[in-house]
Amino acid sequence: MSALKNKLQSEWISRFIDSLLPVFATLAALLIGAVMLLFLRVNPIEAYAALWDGAFGSPNAFAETLVKATPLLLVALGICISFRGDVINIGGEGQMIVGAVFATWVGLTFTNLPGWLVIVLALLAGFAGGAVWGGIPGLLKAYFRVNEILSTVMMNAIAVQLMNFLLRGPMIDPSQAQLASKIPQTAPLLDIFRLPRLVPTRLHLGALIAVILAVLVYILLWRTTLGYRIRAVGQNPNAARYAGIKVQRYVVLALLLSGAFSGLAGATQVYGVNYRMITDGSASGFTGSAGFNGIVAALFGQLHPVWSIPASILFGALLVGANKMQRVVQVPSALVIALNGLVVVFVVSSEIWRRRRQRQRLAVGGMEEEPPPPHEKAGQAEAGT
Amino acid sequence: MIQDLFSVTVLIGILASGIRLATPYLYAAIGETFSQRSGVLNLGVEGQMLLGAFAAFYVSLRTGNLWLGLLTAMLVGAVMGLAMAYVTVNLQAQQGISGIGFYLFGLGMSDLLFQKLMPTVETIRGFPRIYIPGLSDIPGIGEIFFSQNILVYSAYLLVPVAWFVLNKTTLGLKIRAVGENPDAADSLGVSVARVRYFTIILGGTLSGIAGASLSIALLNVFQQNMTSGAGFIAVALVYFGAWRPIGVLGGALLFSMVNALQLWVQVLNIPIEPEIAVMMPYVLTILVLVATVSRVRAPSALTKPFEREN
Repeated sequence: MSALKNKLQSEWISRFIDSLLPVFATLAALLIGAVMLLFLRVNPIEAYAALWDGAFGSPNAFAETLVKATPLLLVALGICISFRGDVINIGGEGQMIVGAVFATWVGLTFTNLPGWLVIVLALLAGFAGGAVWGGIPGLLKAYFRVNEILSTVMMNAIAVQLMNFLLRGPMIDPSQAQLASKIPQTAPLLDIFRLPRLVPTRLHLGALIAVILAVLVYILLWRTTLGYRIRAVGQNPNAARYAGIKVQRYVVLALLLSGAFSGLAGATQVYGVNYRMITDGSASGFTGSAGFNGIVAALFGQLHPVWSIPASILFGALLVGANKMQRVVQVPSALVIALNGLVVVFVVSSEIWRRRRQRQRLAVGGMEEEPPPPHEKAGQAEAGT
Repeated sequence: MIQDLFSVTVLIGILASGIRLATPYLYAAIGETFSQRSGVLNLGVEGQMLLGAFAAFYVSLRTGNLWLGLLTAMLVGAVMGLAMAYVTVNLQAQQGISGIGFYLFGLGMSDLLFQKLMPTVETIRGFPRIYIPGLSDIPGIGEIFFSQNILVYSAYLLVPVAWFVLNKTTLGLKIRAVGENPDAADSLGVSVARVRYFTIILGGTLSGIAGASLSIALLNVFQQNMTSGAGFIAVALVYFGAWRPIGVLGGALLFSMVNALQLWVQVLNIPIEPEIAVMMPYVLTILVLVATVSRVRAPSALTKPFEREN
C-alpha cells in the first residue's frame, strides 16, 4: 500500500513540475531579456518594474491588460482546436481581418435594427467570416494535400489586401470619400452597437464572452463526439480512419472552427475597442499581431482552453506593459515580441523533459495517461518502435 | 494603356525586375530545400532574413564595407540556424512551432535593434550593377540577364550548385538518406544529427544572405518587418518546387515575374485595383500548389525528430 502511495505522490510531483515548465520558460526568456536590456544600457529592474506597472499598476492598467488579452484568448481557443487536430493554423491574422470585415459590414448595413440584435448578428458574422477564411485552407489540405502552414500564410497576405481594398473603396467612410486625405477607414459604428463595458474602464463584454467560450471549447474537445474525433484524427489519422472516422472531414472542421474563433476575435476588436475598421496597410496594424501571439498563448496554456485564459492574460500584460516600458525607459516594445518568440522556443523545447518523465512513468507501470497532444507523438513514436 | 504592357521596353523592364526580385526567394528557398531534404522544416526563415537584413545594412552603413555587411548577415543567419538545430535535433521540439518562435524572435529583435541603433532612416549605396562585357550590350537580353548586381548573379549560380551537391555528391546522398529514412542512414553509420546540423546552419546562412540581398543589394534600406512574408513564401516555394533546386527556381521566377508584372501594372496606371494586383502572386501560388502538390511526395522524415534506438 505504501508503495502505491509513494508512486501516486511522485506521480503528482512530476505532473506538478510538468505544469510549471511554461513558467520556467517565461522566466528564462525574461532573464535573456534582462541581458539584452543590459546591452542596451538599460537597468533591467527598472524596465521590468515599468512593465509590471503598465500591466497591473492600476485598475485601468489591468483593464487594458484584459482588453489586450481578449483577442489573444479567442485566437488561442481556435489554436487549441486545430493543434489538437494536428493542423497547424498560422492564419489567425487573416482570419481576424476577414471576421472583422464581415462583422463591420453587418453593423454598417443593418442600422435600423435593435442594438443587441446587431451585436449578436455581427459576432456571428465574424465567426462565419473567420470560418470561411480557415475553411478554405482546410479544404485545400483535406482534398488537395496543400500544406496548411503555407496556405494559411498566403491567406493572410490575401486578407490584408482585401481589407485595404475594401476600406479604400467600397467600404470607405462616406465622409472620407469626399476628402482629399481619403483615410482608409469605415464609417464609425452607431453607439448602440458598441459592446457594453463591464466596469468603468475600456474592459468590454468581449472578455466575458471569451472566458465563457473557453469553457465551451473545453466541453467541445473533451465531452463531445466532434471533439473526440478531432483529437483522434490529430493523434493518429490512420487509426482514426480504421475506426471509421472520416478523417478529411475533421481536418476541414478543425481548421474551420479554428478560423472561426479568430474571426470572432476580429469582430470583438471592432465592436469592443475601435468601433470602426481602419487600416495602415499592414495586418498587424489591425490585429496587433494577435493572430500570432494567440498561438503563443495557446502553447503556453499547453493547448488547453481553460489554461489558455491565464496564459492570454500573461501575454496581454506583457504587450500592454511593453508600451509603458517604452515610455519610461525608452526600450522599444518590440523587445516583447522577441521575448514572446523565445518563450515559444523554450516551451516547445522543454517538452522533451515532460516526454522523458512520462516515458519513465509508463516504464515503471504508471497510471493511465491522458494521451499527449498530437505534436508530441512523433517523438514518442520514434522512441517506441 | 493595356497595349503599353506589351511594348518591348516594358516587357524588358518586367523581365529584368522579375529576375532581380527572385533573388531573396532563391537564397532562402534553396537553403530551405537543403534542410527539408534532410527532414527538417525550418519555419523561422522569415526571422533569419529580417535579422540578416538588419545586420547587413547596419554593418555596411557603419563600416562602409558591403562585404563585411554580407558576412555579418551570414554569421547571424548561421547562429540562428545553430540555435534552431539544437532545438530541433537535440531537444526534438516540434519544428513548425519552434520555427514560429524563431520568426517572432527575429521580427522583434530586428525591430528593437533598428529603433535603438538607427535614430533616423538612412539609405545606402548597395552592390552596384555589374555589366558583363559584351553580353550586357545585347539589346534586351543584356538588360535582363547581364546587368544585375553580384548577389543576383550568385543567386542563380547557387541553383546548379545546389542541384549538383544534392544529387551528385556523397554529402547530398547523406542528406537525402537522412530525410527519407534516418534509421537506415543511421545504421549505415551516417550521423543523422551532424547532417541535420549542417543543413539547418546552411539554411540559416543562406537566409541571412537572402535578407542582406534585400537591404544592401535590391532596396538599399532597412525598415521594420521589411521582408513582409518573403521568408514564408520561400518555404512555400520549396513545396512548390517539389524539393528540387530547379523546381524552386521555376517557382521563384514565376512568383517574381507575376510580382514584377503587378508593379508595372501600377506604374502604367492600368485600371486594375492595386490591392487586387498585389494579391495575385499569392493567389497564384495557392493555385499552383493545388495543381502540383498532390503529384509529388515530401521527404518521408520531414518534421519527424530522430531518436536512436537503444
